[in-house]
Amino acid sequence: MDLYLNGKPITIDPQPGEMLVDMLREQLALTGTKVGCNEAECGSCTVIVDGEAVLACAYPAARAAGRNVITIEGLSPLALSPDEMIEQDELVQKSLHPIQEAFIKHGAVQCGFCIPGQIMTAYALLEHDPDPDDEAIRHALKDTLCRCAGYPSILNAVKAAGERMRTGVPIRAPEFQSSSPLEVIGNSYIRPDALDKVIGRTKFTDDLKFEHMLQARVKRAGVPHAIVKRLDIEKARQLPGVLAVLTAADIPGEKKHGLVIYDWPVLVGVGERVRTVGDALAIVAAESRAIATQALDLIEVEFEAQPVVSDPVQAYDGSSPAIHPGGNLLKHIKVRKGDIELGFAEADLVLEHEFHTGIYEHAFIEPECSIARLTPEGRMEIYVGSQIPYADRNQIARVLGWPEEKVRVIGMMIGGGFGGKEDIAGQIHAALLTERTGRPVKLLFDRHESLLVHPKRHATQIRIKMGAKRDGRLTAVESELYGDTGSYASLGEKVMTRATTHSAGPYEMPHAKADCYAMYTNNPPAGAFRGFGVTQACFAVESMMDILAERLEIDPVEIRRMNALRLGSTTNTGQELRESVGLLECIQQVQSEMESRMDGDPFKPRSSPGAEHLRRAWGFAVAYKNTGLGGGAPDKSAAEVELCPDGILEVRTSSAEIGQGLVTVLQLIVAQEFRTSPANVRVLLSDTDLTPDGGPTTASRQTYVSGNAARMAAQVLHQAISSTLAEKYDCPPQEVHFEEGLVRLNGNSLPMEEVYLEMNEEGRSPRALYEYWAPSTDPLGDGGNMHFAYSFAAQAAEVEVDTHTGEVKVLNVIVANDVGKALNPLGLQGQVEGGVVMGLGNALTEHFIVEEGRVITDRLARYRMPSIVQTPQIHSIVIEHPTQDGPYGAKGVGELSSIPTTPAITNAIYNAVGVRIDNLPVDQEEIVRQLNKFSKTAE
Amino acid sequence: MPLWKNYYLAQSIPEALTRLNEGARVIAGGTDLLLEIQQGVQPPPESLVDVCNIPELNSLEIRGKDLFIGAGVPLNHIVASQLVQENSQALVEACNLIGGPQVRNTATLGGNIAHALPAADGTIALLALDAQAESVSSEGSRITALEELFLGPRHSRIEENQELLVGFYLPLRKNSQASAFKRVMRPQGVALPILNMAVWLQRKKDRIADAHLALGPSGPTPLRARMAENVLRGEKISQTLIEKVHQVMLEEVHLRTSPYRASADYRTHLAKILLQDVLEIAWERAGKD
Repeated sequence: MDLYLNGKPITIDPQPGEMLVDMLREQLALTGTKVGCNEAECGSCTVIVDGEAVLACAYPAARAAGRNVITIEGLSPLALSPDEMIEQDELVQKSLHPIQEAFIKHGAVQCGFCIPGQIMTAYALLEHDPDPDDEAIRHALKDTLCRCAGYPSILNAVKAAGERMRTGVPIRAPEFQSSSPLEVIGNSYIRPDALDKVIGRTKFTDDLKFEHMLQARVKRAGVPHAIVKRLDIEKARQLPGVLAVLTAADIPGEKKHGLVIYDWPVLVGVGERVRTVGDALAIVAAESRAIATQALDLIEVEFEAQPVVSDPVQAYDGSSPAIHPGGNLLKHIKVRKGDIELGFAEADLVLEHEFHTGIYEHAFIEPECSIARLTPEGRMEIYVGSQIPYADRNQIARVLGWPEEKVRVIGMMIGGGFGGKEDIAGQIHAALLTERTGRPVKLLFDRHESLLVHPKRHATQIRIKMGAKRDGRLTAVESELYGDTGSYASLGEKVMTRATTHSAGPYEMPHAKADCYAMYTNNPPAGAFRGFGVTQACFAVESMMDILAERLEIDPVEIRRMNALRLGSTTNTGQELRESVGLLECIQQVQSEMESRMDGDPFKPRSSPGAEHLRRAWGFAVAYKNTGLGGGAPDKSAAEVELCPDGILEVRTSSAEIGQGLVTVLQLIVAQEFRTSPANVRVLLSDTDLTPDGGPTTASRQTYVSGNAARMAAQVLHQAISSTLAEKYDCPPQEVHFEEGLVRLNGNSLPMEEVYLEMNEEGRSPRALYEYWAPSTDPLGDGGNMHFAYSFAAQAAEVEVDTHTGEVKVLNVIVANDVGKALNPLGLQGQVEGGVVMGLGNALTEHFIVEEGRVITDRLARYRMPSIVQTPQIHSIVIEHPTQDGPYGAKGVGELSSIPTTPAITNAIYNAVGVRIDNLPVDQEEIVRQLNKFSKTAE
Repeated sequence: MPLWKNYYLAQSIPEALTRLNEGARVIAGGTDLLLEIQQGVQPPPESLVDVCNIPELNSLEIRGKDLFIGAGVPLNHIVASQLVQENSQALVEACNLIGGPQVRNTATLGGNIAHALPAADGTIALLALDAQAESVSSEGSRITALEELFLGPRHSRIEENQELLVGFYLPLRKNSQASAFKRVMRPQGVALPILNMAVWLQRKKDRIADAHLALGPSGPTPLRARMAENVLRGEKISQTLIEKVHQVMLEEVHLRTSPYRASADYRTHLAKILLQDVLEIAWERAGKD
């Protein structure tokens, strides 16, 4: 057929069953168009056909005959070949379409996976309507999902691009106030990876192609609890085009993987136990994905069904079947402070309430993908977007039975992680198939598989009992938590420990007692997810604080201020806080901003203008979140800084860029240390051969630990250069000055390229490696410092509840975060907004439904993350109470901004209509039932 | 196995019918069909015949006393059409809520109807608008009242491999007539409406002279609430009337509990809310002439 593609006529044969996106990506190697869900839900694959935005994943290629197709690659006016694009960055910059430029400048690009889809959707809008109002933009972008949720920045970018297209006025970046205007650090800087992301040049794993690459698929159990009685792969093996079908019996090394506990079978073998629907039974490598899929259907399995353990309270019951040899209790976690009985005796009021939170899904837009490849030297290379490359390497090597050095994990760009890309997904399976076939193997999860397999957020039951004096001062808190860690441990123990230690809230609590039971069930495994257990605990505690405040007739802000952790406070785990406690200021600032918008009490309900049934009110909540692993775990990161022959400083660490902006932070830090422009710093991440171990990208830790490692490596290199040059040019080292990419000394001024040569001539290596160890922490139960830093936050949310339907809308969110020091305000803004929107999803839109171990929400159509339409106005306030050992005072913020949003919303719902939400997510039917007092009758 | 083997872009109705007779399946926008094939809800067909390029199916025009909307007109064209906006507001409102913006650029009203789901937004609006469907086979063309078209979920009277849905005839709006559509969704879970409702009414001074009411899901097939319509005729809008219509409506439709979506009680409650909303909106619109 003939068609126009990006303005040029082409002739191409559509294949049977081929969608437009496959034709673009496979036949034409235009990988800028992404596949996020392959079910017409996420909008990532949006391209333009005859002027209209369409979903290329659900558009038959054959239908494009005679039409005009535009992809992200065709958007810039200069049509450059891929080679030209690589070589001529400046030309690319100049040829950017205004939308692409605006997305870069407005910080609308985070992980970048959805960005081609966002840009193409916006393009279609602006071509029809170059001056859209907010409503029109929201309407057009409604189903183009961004899980980093940079929606406010995306909206601003689209408006700015429209203005540029209409008037020619140059696009201006938003301005932020900096507390260090003369430094590199603290000032907004465009992400170095943004350019590639807006033109579709960024390579995510699925975008890679190798010659003779096979496609892999995994046979999943599909039953939640059973013993495998028979597994017959013969027919699958004989299918033409199938190169290998492997089962547990084929594993050369260790049979299990895991992050802390190796309890997750790589493949479940005959006679062994299936513990969740996503368990792998066999893996297939074939010449095509279609053949591999067909082979899966030819694998015959027989199970002996076992009774299903479906919730953690049931799992604790001794009569439940044991899912693992050691029983169902993964860990009993305890917090003890003071004398709980005494604390309740001292209270004038003691209240108790039970809360429930559901399972949640990360729903990163890029599904998991791994590619394995053998090098001619016989080493195994794994290309993958992973949050912990070194842990991947270790687990892959164990299962292959190889020394770790023979395995290299090469990190690709990551289309969102949020904790969901810490565990092994397809890395080991791909490696096993490559080892067997000798050929490169790609294992791409489809969305359905992604929803079933990777660990989720822990569902919890949290009972809280709280005591207070009449004046609002808290005397004691007792909490009992059950956490559903599902079928495998993953990071369950750590997550539920964090839930437990944070279950007294960021409050001075003289007496505290907490018991948590982290339980195995037959649900999909649960592990790390932004907030790491604190999200659940915060919802319970912050709801409780409002219940308490109402009973005591104290203002919700006042009761929090009265009890807030401050300098000199001791936490419930016995840690004295000696610095960097900005909670009171967060509370103050959010309160002022909220009150400046309101006449009278913001927590009193009022009606929406002209609609009596739409009730509005504000709600308030606070939170804190540790930075770093804590609890006595060694927390270190290594980074290397090298001056390259081209005068560029390269910083290297294995830490992961998952959209959060680490790459910019590292760039800024090294630039700061050398007093140069960030443009003179290059960042290389996530390669176990080329980058030293930065540890896991988790626990809001990378800015702190890898930031420090990079900073100190830069300082070591700085010193080495200074002393070398000082000696050669005969001046004191302190008179060697780094300025704007040059070194000045003794009246000389050396460009960095020359500095490189000087170092070489002197036989000094222009490279420094630094292994940074964060301040040591103490295990839970020992008192002392459980964590080396905490970040604090306050949020207020204004909601509107439709008393007729129970629907809830969030209109405004005011958020203050004490981040220690904002290193890149533009990046911080995006992270904060994204966190708030994810918190909103946690409260209102998302519900991962599992029934008797079976996943009901097994398609993206059934798991609804917030869209731009649900995004409220977000007002972000940055508070900087520096922490002494953090880089320039910075501490973590990645998780913090999403944590208090949920209780701020549910407290607002209560204030608006008097319905207390104690079960997440919010059920609009339940709201309306309570308001209208109709009963629930089962049918 | 590929999702299909042959893909035919039919340029005319006879060509499409020939392909149908050879065993091909019709594909219009394909936004529902392709997903169902991909997800194994329907087996992969040997051949698909794409009817989007057939001029007759793409026409949107006034034909005599009716507005004709071709079965292959994409939803975004329906939403943007001045003709539809003037004559069939309920349909504009419904079509603007189907899928997302990109889906609406390819999805068609014909597909929405042919899928025969009990709560398809487009279907509910067309029912209230008293639409008739035109279909064609080698025997010639026939006109069917929309309500008669549905046999059950995913099951219509359009004969597979023989018959092609061509378009819909909607009576042109006269003075003092108007329509409205509304629905309630749940943010979580299944992406289907909890309840949707469309009304068409004719005002005569301060009374409702005539009314059509449709809602879904109210049973295995989408339907009109004709007893409730009878109660509306000749009455003034009042709280008492709405209570009465609601009661009568509950007797003739079956509002059930759907797991993860809504209980029957919630639907019963919402039926009254939506009834009041759509009646008031349509009433006000009808008063503007």
